[in-house]
Amino acid sequence: MDAAPNPQLIRTRDLSKTYQVGDNVIKALGGVSVDIAQGEFTAVMGPSGSGKSTFMNMLGCLDRPSSGEYVLGARRVSELAGDELAQVRNSSIGFVFQTFNLLARTAAVENVELPLVYAGVPAAERRRRALEMLAKVGLAERAEHHPGQLSGGQQQRVAIARALVTRPLLILADEPTGALDSRTSLEIMALLQELNRGGMTVVLVTHEPEVARFARRVLYFRDGLMVKDAVNAEPEFA
Amino acid sequence: MNLSGLLRVAMRALAVNKLRSLLTMLGIIIGVAAVIVMIAVGAGAQARVEEQIRSLGSNLLLILSGTTTSGGVRMGFGSNQTISEDDAAAIPREIPETMAAPALRGTAQLIWGNQNWSTVIFGVTPDYIDVRQWEIAAGRMFDAPDMAGATKVCLVGQTVARQLFGGANPLGQVIRVRRVPFTVIGVLESKGQSMMGTDQDDLVLMPISTARKRVLGASNLAKQRSVSTIWVKVADGYDMKAAEEQVRSLLRQRHRLQPGQDDDFSLRNLEEVAATQEASSRVLALLLAAVASVSLVVGGIGIMNIMLVSVTERTREIGLRMAVGARTRDILGQFLVEAVTLSLIGGLAGIAIGVATAVGIAEVAGWRIVLSPESVMLAVAFAFAIGVFFGFYPARKAARLNPVEALRFE
Repeated sequence: MDAAPNPQLIRTRDLSKTYQVGDNVIKALGGVSVDIAQGEFTAVMGPSGSGKSTFMNMLGCLDRPSSGEYVLGARRVSELAGDELAQVRNSSIGFVFQTFNLLARTAAVENVELPLVYAGVPAAERRRRALEMLAKVGLAERAEHHPGQLSGGQQQRVAIARALVTRPLLILADEPTGALDSRTSLEIMALLQELNRGGMTVVLVTHEPEVARFARRVLYFRDGLMVKDAVNAEPEFA
Repeated sequence: MNLSGLLRVAMRALAVNKLRSLLTMLGIIIGVAAVIVMIAVGAGAQARVEEQIRSLGSNLLLILSGTTTSGGVRMGFGSNQTISEDDAAAIPREIPETMAAPALRGTAQLIWGNQNWSTVIFGVTPDYIDVRQWEIAAGRMFDAPDMAGATKVCLVGQTVARQLFGGANPLGQVIRVRRVPFTVIGVLESKGQSMMGTDQDDLVLMPISTARKRVLGASNLAKQRSVSTIWVKVADGYDMKAAEEQVRSLLRQRHRLQPGQDDDFSLRNLEEVAATQEASSRVLALLLAAVASVSLVVGGIGIMNIMLVSVTERTREIGLRMAVGARTRDILGQFLVEAVTLSLIGGLAGIAIGVATAVGIAEVAGWRIVLSPESVMLAVAFAFAIGVFFGFYPARKAARLNPVEALRFE
């Protein structure tokens, strides 16, 4: 299970994914090899159908590759399945979604606690850590508010607090600003950059070049392949 | 996630759609209430039958004298005097496991002061109350000297005591039975209705010798030593069937009946009669409960339906829970607990309504009901099982969702 010492946080080799739809075999990902180091801020760019979402699902352990290898930290997660992947998602990955995916009619602090519930953390410690994370994203005052009582930007910050609460190895943000206006988008990007400066590895999936500007490194996808691996020498600061 | 956490999540999910949850529970509520009521009423009916069997006395054989035919007209059992006190005496002598009590039956008008009452007279031996397992409420049973002397003493049943004496104490009173004065020496305990619905307390017991000589002697029935019935009590543990056959062959032999000739008496095994009645009342109760449990199953299908809707509605929530680390068993547990919570709350409400209805029936219709903790526990267990059974498929469907597709679900 344990891979050889890995200087990189993420290492994929020939990662591919094919789907069978009726008689057609669709190649969603055609062999992607990439290394991402601890502490990087990487954007994954590409038009829809480029395979970037499939790639993100692989990185997020939501889906298994058809072939190839994926090592996250010290674990060869491409060999895992089912509940083992659930455990990796719980402990090592924090998700941020375009539509926030907060539980409705559930207080912000309870939303943040959710990953800790599945990690089996006792209630009192859960509450303490969740409140701590809410404070970190600037929502200490809104802990008892339900998602419906929060603005889009605030909801996304609750989602980021939820992603951070298990102290994961990386944050995976899938179009995190897709549902927000430009001013709020900027706030969210600033928050992600701030987390990155604190040492958190961030992988951002987007189809908007304006969002990708904030990343130090940009991976371009097209037709299921990574076509360009560019370093953005001067990322913009939000 | 632990159970209390799952319960909290389930209660919250059910509270979101209160009306829908209530309507879903309705099937279980009605089903459980119906089962409780049916079992209560059925058990009540059974208890009544059992009580009647107890009042009858178990281990009893009843011998009735035979029929007579006169001019082609066949009379009923008892019309011909084929059994006698000597038969009654022979039975325990030949079959030591038995006790026999002959009875000579007749009707008579009783008079006490300015009251009168028509009732049934039984001329019996002192063993009669032992055989019939009858207690004496006050006074004493007559004894062998009374038998030998044919003394004019009698015991009265509760109905006679009430009708003739009103509130007065019958003991020591002198009543006239067909104008013959009798001293009341005892009052029998109440035995209630027989299985056929006749009042068993409306009677007078007197020594068979007295009855024959002084009261019923004028009638043809009382000639010689013949009797109307013989009750035979069989010792506990002795096979009733065997006893029945032994008595039958003894009587046939005593009556000199040839093989192939019909019995000139009728022999009834009361245990069989009672058992048949008891079995039929039990079958009825079971049938009613089965019908009621059909509505429980229908209620379960309602739960399954609503849980499937719920799983579809909350596909994204399931995807999110999986993304943040919920394992298969976490999702399975969440939806299973939700279904069981629905069915258990419905079950508890059903118990409340069922018990209230059963008590109401007892009050209004005057039916006898028996509410047992077992039936309540059975209903709860049934509701729980329904929740697990019908909740499992939707829960498994939820747990098997692909997280990628669940998160993308619109």
